[in-house]
Amino acid sequence: MTWEHCDKTAIVGVGATPYYVRGQSWPRTINEMIGEAIIGACTDAGLKVQDIDGFAYYGGAKAGYLDTMDTASIMEMLGIPEVNFTATLTGGGGGSAGAIGLASAAIIAGEANYVVTVMALQQRNQRLGTVFGALKPDPENSFLQPSGLVGPGHLMSVLARRHMHLYGTRREAFAEVAISSRNNALNRPEAIRRTPLTLEEYFASPMLADPLCRLDFCLETDGAVAVITTSSERAKDLRQKPVLVRAASHGGRREWGRAFAGMGMSDEYFASSGHKSVADKLYAKAGMKPDDIDVALIYDHFTPMVIMQLEDYGFCAKGEGGPFVESGAIRFGTGSLPVNPHGGQLSEAYIIGMTHIREAVEQLRGTAINQVAGAETALVTGGPASLPVSGLILRSSQ
Amino acid sequence: MTQPLSRALPGEHVHITTDPWTEPFWQAAKERRLVAAQCSDCQTFRMPPTPFCPHCQSQKIQWPQLSGKGTVYSFAVCNRSPFPGVEDFVYIPVVVELDGAPGIRLVSNLIDIDPAYVSIGMAVTVDWNPITEGWQQPVFRAA
Repeated sequence: MTWEHCDKTAIVGVGATPYYVRGQSWPRTINEMIGEAIIGACTDAGLKVQDIDGFAYYGGAKAGYLDTMDTASIMEMLGIPEVNFTATLTGGGGGSAGAIGLASAAIIAGEANYVVTVMALQQRNQRLGTVFGALKPDPENSFLQPSGLVGPGHLMSVLARRHMHLYGTRREAFAEVAISSRNNALNRPEAIRRTPLTLEEYFASPMLADPLCRLDFCLETDGAVAVITTSSERAKDLRQKPVLVRAASHGGRREWGRAFAGMGMSDEYFASSGHKSVADKLYAKAGMKPDDIDVALIYDHFTPMVIMQLEDYGFCAKGEGGPFVESGAIRFGTGSLPVNPHGGQLSEAYIIGMTHIREAVEQLRGTAINQVAGAETALVTGGPASLPVSGLILRSSQ
Repeated sequence: MTQPLSRALPGEHVHITTDPWTEPFWQAAKERRLVAAQCSDCQTFRMPPTPFCPHCQSQKIQWPQLSGKGTVYSFAVCNRSPFPGVEDFVYIPVVVELDGAPGIRLVSNLIDIDPAYVSIGMAVTVDWNPITEGWQQPVFRAA
């Protein structure tokens, strides 16, 4: 049955810093970038910073893996007088889309009126690409880390290999995800990578964790993005056309569990994005099906995980993700399902999922740089990772 | 063209820690015995070893010794050193299903093999890589 709270909340403001190549945001501090994004989101919405009374984070309110976001520090920095809700989803980047659901829950419950979701990232001392190798050993990761799977891409290369083995998925399919994303970034002033990418260049890219090459890995960037969620009633009085929260869902099955942090997934789940149960719940809550999605913002930390999410969200059958993308289906302008018209984390910038929420809002306002004509519904996904994973369906308000 | 053979990670850079529930695995490894945590009540295996059986919630645990044989479930081929300051070398992270311990997998390395000859489903057998503080890391080679 469709969720009783469909369309009762809305995203009303988006703010962001410029995007920087890894480490280059310094000497700006991470709190400075958080502040700039939040002030930008308030200005966009037509709100004062003092109106903010809630925070809904994800990833344990960590900013990347090494910094933290702290509500008290943000209140002190920006002069926010009082908060009535401050909470986070657990896990990591899997919760990015779900954080909007957390904000909506606070608003529907009457706990807060204007709730910020923010993520900031600064890789000054440690790059994320090899972050696990730099972690201190603990009793749990002592069963993983000694294998030399030093970063997220190394871990997910093992899933990609299994997908290739089971379904015959080709590297050409991974290449198509990278090339399609790059094409979408070419005309974006803020994108980090804006030069065309050819299949030849893809295959010449060095292998980092075979079957994945460097171009299968997303960017390592610095920056911050914030959005503000409020009730759809309050949204009517604000500056922007509201973007309605149709439904959000987070969580997942134990068969996925800690996923590639333990490699103990069930056989059925191993070569997947882990999103299947969350996707099914999301569509049921929204009263929608895959055909109803006009534009998909798919968390693209690594190219094969885009393909596995397209399967789990029902845009093609399980195992058919490779041929689906190779058919040109995800291309902006010509494909049946435009995916990441902002260039995604592969070519625009990586702020742990927040650029996807930003792009969905712009698409549904009708103001996107690569606007999908007539887009009324957008799917946003969180990163395939240890639970929770999450999904979000946004809808245009007219 | 043959590639360099895969290597174990240089042991002086590999660190582990234990807790009371994982310690028996590593103590057995020190004696070059591969064991796995199994629920004494319902016989379900679990990896890593945790304080409760996820199937029946029992805390009774036993540590049967395994044959050390297994099957490659999936793998990656890496050719950059995972450690700063260590010269690049080829290593193969591998996920192994263990004979005699259904339902669990061990994440390890496959050593002394040309990566071109590695495939999912191949049979492997355990070997041992000395690491820091006197511990031994289970690694695998082609059976």
